[in-house]
Amino acid sequence: MSIFVDETTKVVYQGLTGSQGRYYGGLNRDYGTQVVAGTNPRKVGTDVDGVPVFATVGDAVEATGATASCIFIPAPGVHDAVIEAAEGGVEFIVAITEGVPAHDEARFYNRLKRDFPGVQMLGPNCPGIISPGRCNIGITAGHIALPGGPVGIVSRSGTLTYQALYELKEKGIGCTTCVGIGGDPVPGTSFIDCLEAFEADPDTKAVMMIGEIGGTAEEEAAVFIRDHMTKPVSAYVAGVTAPPGKKMGHAGAIVSGGKGTADAKMEALREAGVRVGLNPTEAGELMAEIVATL
Amino acid sequence: MDIHEYQAKSLLAEYGVPIPVGGLAYSPEQATYRATEIGGSSWVVKAQVHTGGRGKVGGIRMCSSEQEVWSAADDLFGTRLVTDQTGERGRGVFRLYIEQTVDIDREIYLGFVLDRSTERIMLVASAAGGMEIEQIIDEEPDSLIRVVIEPAVGLQAFQAREVAFALGLDRGVVAEASNLLLAAYLAFRDLDATMVEINPLVVTGDGRMLALDAKMAFDDNALFKHQKVSELRDKSQEDPREMRANDRGLSYVGLDGDIGCIINGAGLAMATMDMIKHSGGEPANFLDIGGGASPERVAKAFNLVRSDESVSAILVNIFAGINRCDWVAEGVVKAMHELDIQVPVIVRLSGTNVEEGRRILTESDVSLITAETLAEAAEKAVAAVNREDAA
Repeated sequence: MSIFVDETTKVVYQGLTGSQGRYYGGLNRDYGTQVVAGTNPRKVGTDVDGVPVFATVGDAVEATGATASCIFIPAPGVHDAVIEAAEGGVEFIVAITEGVPAHDEARFYNRLKRDFPGVQMLGPNCPGIISPGRCNIGITAGHIALPGGPVGIVSRSGTLTYQALYELKEKGIGCTTCVGIGGDPVPGTSFIDCLEAFEADPDTKAVMMIGEIGGTAEEEAAVFIRDHMTKPVSAYVAGVTAPPGKKMGHAGAIVSGGKGTADAKMEALREAGVRVGLNPTEAGELMAEIVATL
Repeated sequence: MDIHEYQAKSLLAEYGVPIPVGGLAYSPEQATYRATEIGGSSWVVKAQVHTGGRGKVGGIRMCSSEQEVWSAADDLFGTRLVTDQTGERGRGVFRLYIEQTVDIDREIYLGFVLDRSTERIMLVASAAGGMEIEQIIDEEPDSLIRVVIEPAVGLQAFQAREVAFALGLDRGVVAEASNLLLAAYLAFRDLDATMVEINPLVVTGDGRMLALDAKMAFDDNALFKHQKVSELRDKSQEDPREMRANDRGLSYVGLDGDIGCIINGAGLAMATMDMIKHSGGEPANFLDIGGGASPERVAKAFNLVRSDESVSAILVNIFAGINRCDWVAEGVVKAMHELDIQVPVIVRLSGTNVEEGRRILTESDVSLITAETLAEAAEKAVAAVNREDAA
């Protein structure tokens, strides 16, 4: 089993005809993902390497039964693309695009919550989601993940997600699903959404969580873990050395007014019973210890 | 992006927020001229710098004659204000804002932010204005009024009135206050601001409301929508190295250490800095060269990092997911050849085609220290710096 996506997930790529969409859509298909459609109102009726292109997500859903959408649209068009996907009838929306205005994110996040409670949004500014061996939506290199289980991964950082997958693979540990929730201030999917899904997934026996400075998402996750998780969790929080008031690459990675420091987040996680590593390698080793005792 | 107080006030005024009469000056002569223009017998001379807390370090001067205005301006121009928010370098004073003084009856705090916990817009107000918000949270937490605004609906007039009543304002100014709140909210929303802070918002002795100080920050990702706002950027307030890097599409933050970092991905960059610290060293910078680490980007990054004179070793850490290590390795070798790097360079590659990448590094004629893991790379970088120091 896996969370959110598996081999039955049919994906429509918004922006499939662009260079990024074509490249990663192709890689996702090669991995085994059911890439069933693309959209581009100006290229209706054409195809990209055999994948049919439709005018809208609604048309694509009607013709192919797509259940998920992956957005490779430039940032100014993401707000529109998200609402189009939800109106079009998909249940899961992955927005890879970086640089989406925060006010746009707040607007579509709240619109989805109110009008489309059944739709799960992931991103924007995220690497996507991979259920190794079953489905890969986004820009994660499929070969760095070992299929199976028992570990589920959720991370705010793309490269650290890869690092985590890779280190687990090196140790021979598989992954049920790896979710990159992205580093923006208003992420569609939160740590808690993923922790809740992993807790409910019978094949996931332990969860590795990678956070970073800024906001309070890790602290909120710690409360959830303490109150609701029976499965063991290991974690790493990046940015112990980050200076206050500076944005560290990601729009949401900033320590402001003394809030959102890595130390405070790690402490909150430790108090919730999470095994916290001081670097990603150590978090991987802690996870290996956890897996050995399962 | 941050802007100056006078710019924030001017934007807010366009939306209908009342502000005191004031004018901008680039020299002491202009400052006295502005004072004459404004009229009256007392003025405030305010340094325009991108930081809070300037009042505590002499950045705001009360003057009761034009001669005093001249002296205050002469004293401030060209200095650097160091506040608890700026770091050691401080911010240069190149513009002054001269304002009429205001007879203050009450001081209020008003702010709008995008709240990450509720994923909505939050209005924060307090009757304990004039203090920094952090201080209000610590010392007067009960005075805080928070209103969550659904972004698709916007601030409603009844919510604005509720805030005005909760602040204990006189009935006479409630309508004016709620109009001001609605105007400030519209400026926040329409201009894609990440923060609007009016502190203090004052009620004057004759019962008017005025934004006495104002701060606005904008979402860099939304500047494409707002040409007028992006033109307000003041590069004199930015760190020169960060500005150069950001203008070249690299995400860079300068730090005080001596180990230069070239890394792909924000998370991995932070993790590498943490690892250096953990191994007893100090990183000289945060640098994310992005997902597509092409040879050109690697070369740009080397150029940037070595421009920092305190750098005595460079650590390159690339995790190739979609990238290929062999390609990155070629970029590193090319950069080393072309740029004549004199400090030790430690390279750790991981991920796709790592064997081929390592082969390219070891067979090249450039002098490199290679590492297999993040921990090993950090330890070797720290050791290299210590050797340099000893030599």
